[in-house]
Amino acid sequence: MPSTSGRSRFIFFCLAPAVVLFVVFLFIPSIDVFRMSLYKWGGYTDTKTFVGLNNFSKLFQSEKFYQVFQNSILLIVVVTIITFALALLFAALLSRGKLKGTNGYRVVFYIPNILSVVVISAIFSAIYDPSNGLLNSILQLFRVIDEPVLWLGDQKIVIYSLAGAMIWQAVGYYMVMYMASMANIPESLYESANLEGASPAHQFFTITIPLIWTNIRTTLTFFIISTINMSFLFVTAMTSGGPDGATEVFLSYMYKEAYTNSSYGYGMAIGVVVFLFSFALAGILNAVTKRDHLEY
Amino acid sequence: MSSYSAMQERKGKGVLYKFISYIPLLLLTVIIVIPVGWAFTASIKENAEFYGSPWALPKGVYLQNFADSWLKANMGDYMLNSVLVTAMSIALLLAIALPAAYVLARYRFRGNVLWNTMFMAGLFINVNYIVVPIFLMLNEGDKLSRTFFGQPILLNNMVVLALVYAAMALPFTIYLLAGYFKSLSKEYEEAAAVDGAGHFRTMIQVIMPMARPAIITIILFNFLSFWNEYIISMTLLTKPEFKTLPVGLMNLMAAQKSAVEYGQLYAGLVIVMLPTLLIYILVQKKLTQGMTMGGLKG
Repeated sequence: MPSTSGRSRFIFFCLAPAVVLFVVFLFIPSIDVFRMSLYKWGGYTDTKTFVGLNNFSKLFQSEKFYQVFQNSILLIVVVTIITFALALLFAALLSRGKLKGTNGYRVVFYIPNILSVVVISAIFSAIYDPSNGLLNSILQLFRVIDEPVLWLGDQKIVIYSLAGAMIWQAVGYYMVMYMASMANIPESLYESANLEGASPAHQFFTITIPLIWTNIRTTLTFFIISTINMSFLFVTAMTSGGPDGATEVFLSYMYKEAYTNSSYGYGMAIGVVVFLFSFALAGILNAVTKRDHLEY
Repeated sequence: MSSYSAMQERKGKGVLYKFISYIPLLLLTVIIVIPVGWAFTASIKENAEFYGSPWALPKGVYLQNFADSWLKANMGDYMLNSVLVTAMSIALLLAIALPAAYVLARYRFRGNVLWNTMFMAGLFINVNYIVVPIFLMLNEGDKLSRTFFGQPILLNNMVVLALVYAAMALPFTIYLLAGYFKSLSKEYEEAAAVDGAGHFRTMIQVIMPMARPAIITIILFNFLSFWNEYIISMTLLTKPEFKTLPVGLMNLMAAQKSAVEYGQLYAGLVIVMLPTLLIYILVQKKLTQGMTMGGLKG
């Protein structure tokens, strides 16, 4: 039997690298976000002044932040609702439809998820191009529009164009997730519903949805967190927040202030607010969607 | 009689339902395949062709785009950087996460619960929030290193980037591996101990080979996320010669706005996405299964 000191040495050497990496690159920077939000620290000077909650009060008085807040909320709502509905619909079609080529569709629908957001942004920039983009040329062919639409140039439209790209990217991911939990519903439930003559749509709302409710609730939290993150990635690669701040979102604003403008303290205050906000929103959604747990 | 006709009616309805079901499926397939396919055709078009209808098929196969992208736009160098960073990150991640997950899952010791909880909490840390503090930390470190070594060593260092990538993936990887190790029977270690194998040998020769499916899943997922990542990369590697592929592509996108070189841009795009697409086609089953295996990942 190996000795006890050998055992603890073994445990130490197995664990130490992971702990060091975790503490240095995850734990300390996370604490730093909160700590730095209380300091005024800008530019390339070394002077850090403790200013308490000053950064936060400045933030809440800034009109820019309200624009950013609106944009982010709009994206969270639009992207979540549409992605959720489409992912559920396609998951139900592929799991319950008894159709041919189910696996093929699943493979294709998941493709956007493996592409880099930069790649998707480049493709969608080509789709949205006003003069020779794919979208405008179809719409003009069918005479839906006469004048080319500035998908990325019009302040009122650009946020929806962004949402379109984000939905395109996300549907397959959530679909696969819903398919996995639909696969656990026992077939006998549907068989008896069939005998009673319930339509597929009726079965979807009375059997499928209630039985994957736990999974749906989990994904709602995911939608909030990932929309906040993904919108940052898309904005960085596609619009840089423009035109005129029309697509500036939570984290792109934070990154701009903290990194590009070197207002570290102010930037981190944005990070703290966004973090707390997403936490609160997820908590509220979780409470609102609480149902009695169904067994099957 | 009536039950027969009811059955017929239901059958008819079933056919109708099936028919209607195919419409959204085909529609979404088109919406996904066309843009990706279009990027491929655009990558072999000559620059002049981009001023015509975007739906026109390429007139020929203009591979010069790829040569230009590879050499003139430096995508070749960026490819090498991406390969190096991705490979180093995965190697580091496995070398660090495997032993840690193993002892956390299968040894009782003081601090076990604490570290398990810490790594679980790490699942909620999002890299986008902490990328600037990481940059500042490395920047501070570089100030020290300038006084001691005469030059900065932490920023613009691909090894450091690989370490950061490995750290980002650490909580989820440990969570996934520990779950897997916990499911193995205790008898393996007992048998190895009877044979006189030490802790280290037991881990390497008995347990690791059994973890192969989990290891493959981890390699796949992290290959995709490291290969596609650009926020950390563009923050920590600021010198042009250290750019990774997605950052290089972003530069091409920005450059395209002034000097219109569409062909180069789409060739660059294909260069970035081709490896991920190829791997996906080879292992798509594992990937979508793996996604549900470890629970969920944002």
